[in-house]
Amino acid sequence: MKPAPKRPALWFSPAGKGAGGWGFMLNRLSAIGLSVYLYLHLSVLGKLARGPEAFDTFIAAAKSPLFTLGELLVIGAALFHGLNGLRIALNSFNIGVPRQKQWLYAALALSILGTLIFAMRMFTS
Amino acid sequence: MNRPDTDPTAMWHLTYIIYRQKDGQPPRYETFQVEISPEEYVLDGVEKVWAFHDRSLTFRHACHHSTCGACGMRVNGREKLTCITQIRDVAEDGGTLTIEPLRNFPVLSDLVVDLGPLYRKMEAVQAPSVIPLSRAPLEGDDIAPPEETPRPEAGGEFIRLSDCIECGLCISACPSAAADPDYLGPAPLAAIQLQSGSLNADLLALADSREGVWRCHSAYECSAVCPASVNPGWRIMDLRRLIAKARLQAVFGGRT
Repeated sequence: MKPAPKRPALWFSPAGKGAGGWGFMLNRLSAIGLSVYLYLHLSVLGKLARGPEAFDTFIAAAKSPLFTLGELLVIGAALFHGLNGLRIALNSFNIGVPRQKQWLYAALALSILGTLIFAMRMFTS
Repeated sequence: MNRPDTDPTAMWHLTYIIYRQKDGQPPRYETFQVEISPEEYVLDGVEKVWAFHDRSLTFRHACHHSTCGACGMRVNGREKLTCITQIRDVAEDGGTLTIEPLRNFPVLSDLVVDLGPLYRKMEAVQAPSVIPLSRAPLEGDDIAPPEETPRPEAGGEFIRLSDCIECGLCISACPSAAADPDYLGPAPLAAIQLQSGSLNADLLALADSREGVWRCHSAYECSAVCPASVNPGWRIMDLRRLIAKARLQAVFGGRT
């Protein structure tokens, strides 16, 4: 009998997920998003090596609302990933496990609130 | 127990969409119309499909009262012990029930999966069939043996049957098990935690291994679907705490 096939794609399937499963999925997605951002960030910084013109061209493009929205997504992902990371770290010492759902909702609420505050500052200044 | 707003004699008409797969053939879904009381259980509907529509449908069942752990399936995408999952809790009259085999196990035929990997892991962790009452209190700490119950011998403890019925629902729901078939998984790790009062070095090493507690990613789906109050998610976190404590004691010479 062959073992069951590996199906990591199930991580991102919304079917049949409870609150903890959604927390797991969001944690994974935000981690992937932040990793991609880090790569992009380093690649943009690499433009500095190609002279001020290349960098200034990028900075001009980065002032568009689309880039601002992207930055906002990075902030939201970082907030959620960090706060949920605290939840998981505390849980790993068996602190607050019976209330893990409430901790997740709190992490989510704080992330949304923080992102909204940043959004107001970024889109109105 | 009947709910006041439901006619207990009413019959509902449901569409059962059932996963079919034989002899390694590509899987498909077949649809069956089932007349069933909302008081009945999802397994009753599967049995009606077998009895009145298709005798080639294979599924596992035995006790019909959540003791044997044989009838675990996914009902509308969620792991359920179908013998105790009442129709009215997962469907409405005229609705649809999608029935699929458990995930993260090889499918043998239709709704039957090979639970062998789970049984082998339970054996490897020396899963106990009875456990001290203190390790797994009944309904919290409020229920204790009656006064007239003979006390255990000096130094002994009351023991009780272990909760885990080895149904595999926790493995099916676990996202870590989906990506790593070698991961010990929730039920075996919970079985180790239940022995943590007298944990031997081998079991501790197994729990502390690459495929042990650190593979868990805290999705808590195991606890959400467990039909037997094992709460594997909590037990895995408690095992992590014990392992972290043991490591700190090793570093600081027992001063923690």
